[in-house]
Amino acid sequence: MKTWQRFIDSYFLYSFKRDPVAVTSFSIFVFLVVISFMAPVIAPYSPYDTSTIDIMDSEIPPQWMEEGDERFFLGTDNMGRDLFSTLLYGLRTSVVIGIGAVLFQALLGIMVGLTAGYLGGRIDAFLMRIADIQFSIPYLMVAIITSAVFQIAFGVGRFEELALPLLVIIIGISEWPKYARTVRASVLGEKNKEYVEAARVIGLNRRLIVYRHILPNTLTPVLVISTIQVAQAVMSEAALSFLGLGMPITKPSLGSLINAGFEYVFSGSWWITLFPGSLLVTFTLVIILFGDWLRDVLNPKLYKG
Amino acid sequence: MGHLLEVKDLEVTFALRFGDLTAIDGISFTLDKKEKLGLVGESGAGKSVTGFSIINLISKPGYISGGSVMLDGVKLNDLADDEMRKIRGDKISMIFQDPMMTLNPVLTICTQMTETVHAHRNVTKSEAIDIALDKLKKVYIPSPEKRLFQYPHECSGGMRQRIVVAIALLTNPALIIADEPTTALDVTIQAGITDLLSELCETEDMGLILITHDLAVISQVTEKIAVMYAGKIIETGRTEDIIKNPRHPYTKGLIGSLPGGQQMGKRLTQIKGMMPTLTDIPEGCAFHPRCDIGEQICRETTPLLKSVDGEKRLVACHMAGV
Amino acid sequence: MFAFIIRRIIQAIIVMLVIGFIGFSIQHNIGDPVRDMVGERVSEAERDALRDKLGLNDPFLTQYFRFVKNACHGDLGISYFHNKPTMEVILRKAPATLELVFVTSIIILLITFPVGIYSALYPTSWFSRFTMGASTIGVAVPVFLTAIVLIYIFGVELQWLPAFGRGDTVNVWGWETGLLTWDGLIHLILPSFSLASIMLPLYIRLIRSEMMEVLETEYIKFAWAKGLNRYRVWLLHAFKNTLLPVVTVFGVEIGILFAFTLLTETVFQWQGMGFMFLEAVERADTPLIVAYLVIMIVAYLVIIGVMFVVINTIVDVIYGFVNPMVRIAGTK
Repeated sequence: MKTWQRFIDSYFLYSFKRDPVAVTSFSIFVFLVVISFMAPVIAPYSPYDTSTIDIMDSEIPPQWMEEGDERFFLGTDNMGRDLFSTLLYGLRTSVVIGIGAVLFQALLGIMVGLTAGYLGGRIDAFLMRIADIQFSIPYLMVAIITSAVFQIAFGVGRFEELALPLLVIIIGISEWPKYARTVRASVLGEKNKEYVEAARVIGLNRRLIVYRHILPNTLTPVLVISTIQVAQAVMSEAALSFLGLGMPITKPSLGSLINAGFEYVFSGSWWITLFPGSLLVTFTLVIILFGDWLRDVLNPKLYKG
Repeated sequence: MGHLLEVKDLEVTFALRFGDLTAIDGISFTLDKKEKLGLVGESGAGKSVTGFSIINLISKPGYISGGSVMLDGVKLNDLADDEMRKIRGDKISMIFQDPMMTLNPVLTICTQMTETVHAHRNVTKSEAIDIALDKLKKVYIPSPEKRLFQYPHECSGGMRQRIVVAIALLTNPALIIADEPTTALDVTIQAGITDLLSELCETEDMGLILITHDLAVISQVTEKIAVMYAGKIIETGRTEDIIKNPRHPYTKGLIGSLPGGQQMGKRLTQIKGMMPTLTDIPEGCAFHPRCDIGEQICRETTPLLKSVDGEKRLVACHMAGV
Repeated sequence: MFAFIIRRIIQAIIVMLVIGFIGFSIQHNIGDPVRDMVGERVSEAERDALRDKLGLNDPFLTQYFRFVKNACHGDLGISYFHNKPTMEVILRKAPATLELVFVTSIIILLITFPVGIYSALYPTSWFSRFTMGASTIGVAVPVFLTAIVLIYIFGVELQWLPAFGRGDTVNVWGWETGLLTWDGLIHLILPSFSLASIMLPLYIRLIRSEMMEVLETEYIKFAWAKGLNRYRVWLLHAFKNTLLPVVTVFGVEIGILFAFTLLTETVFQWQGMGFMFLEAVERADTPLIVAYLVIMIVAYLVIIGVMFVVINTIVDVIYGFVNPMVRIAGTK
């Protein structure tokens, strides 16, 4: 309770409430996440339930347009699925993969960063060499390559079955070096501070020192980069799904919807691309805006006060 | 008799988000050819802003909100930007504090000198270079031909400031404004620069406004002083008079705090408290909270500059002349 | 500098071996090249004999070393689909990608500098506010979406620009270029603008913030005090100081640009290396995939390494021009 009270009184919350961009973007973000998870409840149809999908229903425009159908609020996609429902489920996929992948990256990266930073020496050199090599390849390439390798190794069918967790791993693998580097830099900075020395003098074992003492102090930069990383993970998943290396068409994702819609742009069914596209951009945008605000508020002031 | 520079009731305001702030609240002074005026005061008193306002180069959101600045009878603050540009660097030159920051690190000294000449005179490239070399010699830079084609970081601090002075001389200005020209330099170099400025005023027929918080420098170079406090001039007069016999309590405190005047072993005197920030200027006399001899009237009414001891000596204090 | 090059080369070799190993293992375990080479009607016994002859029944490591040996000679296998050596396929597609990246870079340079500088000089103008707002949103828009939207507007609705392929190309000493024909050039427009759209927001903001920082410096104030012409102060005194950080970032970001070409090529059916790779994945053309990966990564590391060295040298030279402290420090 004390922590909660401290939070309520904090400068953090104060400055949040005063910044309209932060409040708006965060609210929209929360709203989108909530409705996406409530998809099974809100969505009129489930895109996973093949019995409700009729290919004859495909490419119906949104409700308010001429050939629209009141059954399908935003129209249907090329497979006959209700676009509105599919969007909600697709958004949910994006949220899950976005946050999941970042958790993965963060965990892996923090582990490596802490180990490399604290232990130093050969282990540090080795781990950082790996990180550097991976770092020199753009993250999207890593994700694409990993996905291609998985697809070939597992075979397309199996890959599609396990798509969700595999994508979490794929995107997680593509970006862990960023966390590793950030944490390692922090650890190197903290390592020489007096409280670490004091802890060592008391005789605390290494693990305790690292986790209990050093880790909390490295978390601020981690938090700062995490929001941008979530946005990037969401965009990576969309890109992979667009390329056919991500979620299969049967499991809706905003990226694969855009891909499907792409072919139909020429026949005039613009809604199949526009709605998922707008939703994706909005979602990513609010995360980025919130992340920007978070970065501004966490940086100099927290260190000063 | 016309003065070279006449500043009358100058007011400068900063239009900030939470309201307008008066940085300079009606100051007046004059300067004649070959005269050297010192503008003294602590940081934040408004000295630099005064300097900038003469050439109308105050950083936004500041602007001249009242009064006038006249150069040879021409009202400067009314001039259009193009016209003012012709005066800046030509009739009036300005020198800043840190020569390393003043000179553009990516351009040669030659470029930075000749461009000033080209901006104000119609000369050929080689003529401009000749002028530049001539001025470099005037500031006693050894082997000026070599220096000309170097970059600022290749010169020492003192030399850089001399170069800046040389740049100020390029157009044979009528007035030089020097904003803390020695503050960023070593004490040993400082004397060189101050002597140089004095000498040049003589030989080049220029007026000088020396803006600084360093009383020692002021006493060596200038003939007149204007002491500023919280955006106002509170005392003016001849340098020797003020140094020997300050009338305003603030000035007294300033002079008294100079090391050298006290006996050995005794504490240096300070003026207690701090100069108020522009947002917190007290009612009445701005100095009264820190003043030892303040009375009721000082808390209520702002003192105006009155002459004491003859015409040229002005003090803004209710207690002066008492 | 020398140590750096050596380090990069070692890195490249290690990565090549690792990727090669992974790729080879996959290739080894999946698919049966013999089956793809000969038809269904060939008997099992004959196929086995063929396998033997091709050395496919040898132990794993032997095959691996053979693979590595071949690779060193530039032979990375034969593409299942194209029935040609993978190297040849890749090299043939390379010009398309390279030209795309080249044109995109030019677009980026030509747009970001003027816009960035202008919005630094006049930050409150509606144009500046608009570009800043657009840049913020632009970061959230994926490149393929921009591409599709552009295709829809310019290709479908207005029908001004083509949305597929490279158009007519001219073969110059083996390099298929689209730059020398009008048709090739207009085919380059939509793809390169789409690709540029990811980088524009970043650079515009960078240039603007650098410029704004420079404009606050003492030496700029001094330039004003000297009564210099406005444009001289802005474009010479101020701008020159923004070049260095911008060029440095550009060198780093060019790698990301290459990665995004993959996405762009897909949308525009641009016959470049990226598109080829995705087709290969679709067709399970394992040798081509493996070859592409090895080549790309090795080439990438080597090229980026080389470019890094080259760009750093150019940057040093420019920096020497621009900020003479470096030049002097070098000669002292």
